Amino acid sequence: MSTTTRNTPAPRRARHFVDTAPFDPMHDEVLTPEQERYYMASQWTMMWWKLKRHRLAVISGLFLLLLYGSTLISEIIAPYGLSTRNVDHIYAPPQGLHLFHEGKFVGPFVYGLDYKLDLRNLQRVYTTDTTDVQPLRFFCSGDPYQFWGMVEMDFHLVCPSENGTFFLLGTDRLGRDMLSRIAYGTRISLTVGLIGIAISFVLGIVIGGLAGYYGGWVDACVQRVIEVIRSFPELPLWMALSAALPVTWSPIVIYFGITIILGLIDWTGLARAVRSKLLALREEDFAVAAGLMGAKPKRIIGRHLLPSFMSHLIASATLSIPTMILGETALSFLGLGLRPPITSWGVLLTEAQNINAVELYPWIMTPVIPVILVVLAFNFFGDGLRDAADPYK
Amino acid sequence: MLDYIARRLLIMVPTLVAISIITFVIIQLPPGDFLTTQIAELESQGESVDHAKIAALRAQYGLDQPYYIQYFDWATGMLQGDFGYSFEYQLPVSEVVGDRVMLTIVLNFTVILFIYVMSFPIGIYSATHQYSWGDYGLTFIGFFGLATPNFLLALVMLYFANVWFGTTIGGMMDPIYIDQPWTMEKVLSVLEHMWVPVVVIGTAGTAAMIRRLRANLLDELQKQYYITAKAKGLSPFRALMKYPLRMALNPFISDIGNLIPQVVSGSAVVAVVLSLPTTGPMLIGALQSQDMYLAGSFLMFLASLTVVGMLVSDLALAWLDPRIRLGGGTGR
Repeated sequence: MSTTTRNTPAPRRARHFVDTAPFDPMHDEVLTPEQERYYMASQWTMMWWKLKRHRLAVISGLFLLLLYGSTLISEIIAPYGLSTRNVDHIYAPPQGLHLFHEGKFVGPFVYGLDYKLDLRNLQRVYTTDTTDVQPLRFFCSGDPYQFWGMVEMDFHLVCPSENGTFFLLGTDRLGRDMLSRIAYGTRISLTVGLIGIAISFVLGIVIGGLAGYYGGWVDACVQRVIEVIRSFPELPLWMALSAALPVTWSPIVIYFGITIILGLIDWTGLARAVRSKLLALREEDFAVAAGLMGAKPKRIIGRHLLPSFMSHLIASATLSIPTMILGETALSFLGLGLRPPITSWGVLLTEAQNINAVELYPWIMTPVIPVILVVLAFNFFGDGLRDAADPYK
Repeated sequence: MLDYIARRLLIMVPTLVAISIITFVIIQLPPGDFLTTQIAELESQGESVDHAKIAALRAQYGLDQPYYIQYFDWATGMLQGDFGYSFEYQLPVSEVVGDRVMLTIVLNFTVILFIYVMSFPIGIYSATHQYSWGDYGLTFIGFFGLATPNFLLALVMLYFANVWFGTTIGGMMDPIYIDQPWTMEKVLSVLEHMWVPVVVIGTAGTAAMIRRLRANLLDELQKQYYITAKAKGLSPFRALMKYPLRMALNPFISDIGNLIPQVVSGSAVVAVVLSLPTTGPMLIGALQSQDMYLAGSFLMFLASLTVVGMLVSDLALAWLDPRIRLGGGTGR
């Protein structure tokens, strides 16, 4: 542009106008902070919101969290040691917890037990002695134990009174407190499922991922293998494999052996889910685009495809944890799984195999209750997760 | 259809072969064999063991042969109806097993029948009366049934039958009929005793089935063809039976493939608790004492049961759904 044109009076034309105010493309549709929070939320945040609305799932989740938390301090929660024998109280019935004695408040206490052997049928008969008030002690020192098998301690949350007893769920054949044993069993029973699912998760993602992404003969082979494994009924197969664990192994090695067996068989369901999802997703535009931009299969699967259905995978994994817990319980119950001194709910239930003992001392069946509660909680929680996994619906 | 059946039968062959190989590997997994266990036992009792005799026994049972020959002998034997020799009972496996195979098949078949008979009306009711009190109640019971492990349920029922009725509910027939030839009375006695295990084993399967049928039917009931059918004045019952139910039935049938392994594995454990004379308790005994051919035959039998069950479900599905038998509809 030359200087002459600038000096000559130009025809009246509006000057090029630029507004100095910052440009806001959303000017006409301003979001309230409330809406903004909603529309800008990440997928995981939205899943969290959706999960929070599922009341039962939240309660179940909290319950499971509490239970898993308790496994960290099982020794402290249990009023007695794992194998403390109360020789005077064999097959003692559960002692009720009371607050008031003869109209007077004394705090939580139990009545003492009087023991008599019925010589006619050799049944142990216990009667509560309502004059013998045994107040509980809290944050006290009781049976010594090794915290996590390492630190010598004797601190308990609740202990019986001096020279008293506190069997909230009764005692077993050897006079061991059921409640304490269940508390210790929680540690084993709950972790079996976690380790097992970790193994089956890894196997499922890797094998299912390969089958789904490559398709062709890889897919065909994997499908056949899965079909064969699935046509074995699960429990008999678990039984056969755990019967094959050498008797000479130490109980802790057996424990890991069992979890690996549980995981090795269970991956097929997850692998199928991964495969079918991958088959569907790899044709999606975003996956094709990533491929065209030169991404390697590893990156496409790991960075683009897996995250888009990870939430579904986690939900279905949660739903298969109870199967493993039940599997371990059944195996131990039948005497093919864990062996004492390792204590799980299933190991505790082996005592209940004898129907005559159960009839006389029904409280040895109490480990059934945590098993059912945990399985129910996992089912509800997994259901809630599955619904939440699709937050855009 | 014939074509489809033939193809489906052919696919079964490699599956069965693979299953037999896996079974053989599993029963070979424990270190040593039945004879080594027995030798150790005899020696621990201070008895002398005649090594020449042991070697002769080994040769007789083919335990000195390499594994692949042992497998081959076992597999071809099975084809001819010879399932090997039970070391523990000192009898051929087929004689040890006796009634058990038959009873297992009858039990599992009845359980599956029970599951279908129970879950079909309940599922339809739950779906058509969604969010009613009946639906909530049934859903809750279903959840509970799904969560309660069946062997624990068996234990609890055993206890309450003892306490309330003073009877034992174990077993599958009156003791007087055990090892007797099959008569009308024996069959009746079996039927009388069978309902407890059937209910116990079937609960979880029924609960799962109800949930699935309810979900499927609810999906179909939202579709427009159903609204159209109702709008043009079809009676609700006819509108339901004619179209949506048929669509919802497909997954119901195909699910038998999942159901059978579940039922078979459930019944194996429940049988131990209720001491039923089926294959379950004997399988555990055989596994523990390393009676390999007996254990192998049971594993093989249970797996074949599910394979055959899946075959039946596939055929039923093909009969119901022409897309499957004509090989179409597989485009994913």
